[in-house]
Amino acid sequence: MAAPDVTAGARPDSRLRAPGRRWSEDAVKLGLGLCALVSVATTAGIVVALLVPALEFFREVSIVDFLTGTEWAPLFEPARFGAIPLLVGTISITLWACVVCMPFGLGAAIFMSEYAGDRTRKLLKPLLELLAGIPTVVFGYFALTFFTPLLRRIGLDVEIFNALSAGLVIGVMLIPTVASLSEDAMSSVPIDLRSGAYALGSTRLQVATRIVVPAAISGIAASYVLAISRAIGETMIVLIAAGQQANLTFDPMRAVETMTAFIAATGSGDTPTGSIEYKTIFAVGLTLFLITLVMNAVAIRLVRRFREVYE
Amino acid sequence: MSASATVVSGGRPRGLWRGRLFVAGLVLSLAVGFATLGALLVDVLKKGVPFLDRALLLNPPSSNPDIAGARPAILATLYIGLLLIAFTVPLGVGTAIYLEEYANRERWYNRLLEINIQNLAAVPSIVYGILGLAFIVRGLGVGRTVLAGAMILTLLVLPTIIIAAREAIRAVPDSIRQGAYALGATKLQVVARQVLPAAIPGIATGSILALSRAIGETAPLIVIGALTYVSFNPTLLGPFTALPIQIYQWTRLPDEDFKLLAAAGIIVLLAMLLSLNALAIWLRNRYQKKW
Repeated sequence: MAAPDVTAGARPDSRLRAPGRRWSEDAVKLGLGLCALVSVATTAGIVVALLVPALEFFREVSIVDFLTGTEWAPLFEPARFGAIPLLVGTISITLWACVVCMPFGLGAAIFMSEYAGDRTRKLLKPLLELLAGIPTVVFGYFALTFFTPLLRRIGLDVEIFNALSAGLVIGVMLIPTVASLSEDAMSSVPIDLRSGAYALGSTRLQVATRIVVPAAISGIAASYVLAISRAIGETMIVLIAAGQQANLTFDPMRAVETMTAFIAATGSGDTPTGSIEYKTIFAVGLTLFLITLVMNAVAIRLVRRFREVYE
Repeated sequence: MSASATVVSGGRPRGLWRGRLFVAGLVLSLAVGFATLGALLVDVLKKGVPFLDRALLLNPPSSNPDIAGARPAILATLYIGLLLIAFTVPLGVGTAIYLEEYANRERWYNRLLEINIQNLAAVPSIVYGILGLAFIVRGLGVGRTVLAGAMILTLLVLPTIIIAAREAIRAVPDSIRQGAYALGATKLQVVARQVLPAAIPGIATGSILALSRAIGETAPLIVIGALTYVSFNPTLLGPFTALPIQIYQWTRLPDEDFKLLAAAGIIVLLAMLLSLNALAIWLRNRYQKKW
């Protein structure tokens, strides 16, 4: 190696100089940030799209009448805008969905997390994913053309469109949701807790029900909340199988209309822009959006809590 | 579960039977889901196969169930699928790279962004339909077109793709990045030449699964009024009806033959979704690296 060139000491080799900021690096970061902005814009868009027409709606219809009225007939003369029948329809459907998805989803999760071997689990998971991947319009078709006739055959006096069939089928659709989230929660319960319980002479049943389930309870609760929120937001199954009559009834044998079914049915009709009927879509949509937003916030909270426990 | 409260002092045999009963209950839980899945598939196949013919794939809809087909709907669904890939993959992957590689977690706006994406993933699909109706169909003036449908479904599945792409990027070990930096690579070079290529299998799998979810979506398209009688091939900026909507339309008709036709449409839709899912699973098994 030649001796360093002393004369160049004042000006170091240009290749070794710290490069200035490369504009291409910044441009890429900016571009990626803009991609991320799309989802912020989506949220802002949803809020504005719902809020503006909904506020106009509430200028014409009092919010008290909307939330307490027991008659929903926006397309009739005189129009009635009591949302209680839609809320009751939604709640009734959601309850029937919960009757199915909560116990069976949890049962499936316990089986996969505590009882199934690796090979069984590898077989069951894709099957559950398959069930979760069936489009809702297909479930709706199934509820109307297979499940409702089945309910009649076993002696239930259900109408062609009824809350029971739609609710139960939504419940089956949500089993994978509950199962996979609950299973995640149970799998993250440390093995030490199980070993400790076994060492004290617990049976497998006791370990599952008294150690694992309580330890994973907030994750299980989160999966339940998410399932409820999805049942509330489900559209196609209720639109097809529960009917489109806003009956104020908890009778599962009868047709009901949910918030989502109303939005879909009215949106697909030829309601003129700016009319009060058109604005009802947004008032009902806003109600739906706020309900699911709150439920989701609860679910995120619950998940965070169970994560904090063992880290 | 409450039944187990009395187990503690129970003798062995009693506990044994309780345990067996419990396992039977768990298996029953799984069986409910799988029995429904099986009944659904058998029912649809039984009803739909007789109508599964060339007419279904090649003919336009008609008031006569014997010659009615779903060609415009199937084509529109294919177009929407292609547009979705073109829209969602760059946006979703871009957002995921920003969040994983560039964003400073300490900044409030980045945390807000994350919460925002989590929330969007849980918004009911019909609300996206309302958004599309207000801003894309009427606000932007795109109209009730294939393009509008694809844009709405893009917004709908974007959170899913972002979450999947983030997981894939996060799975690339940090040592890869450090190694590249040590060799003098810039951030852009690290991301573009090391992280992204390593994450592509995961991103592709997640995107395909999200795509298959979007293709089966019906509700948001109904809200923007895709529920129309379309007998001609769809164009990008023309009215359209998608395959799930065609199925819904046939299901609503009182004529029993149309219900059977709907079952045939369901078979076509499920076949499309299953092949997408199979592709995703194959990609995952073939290319996914274990670090």
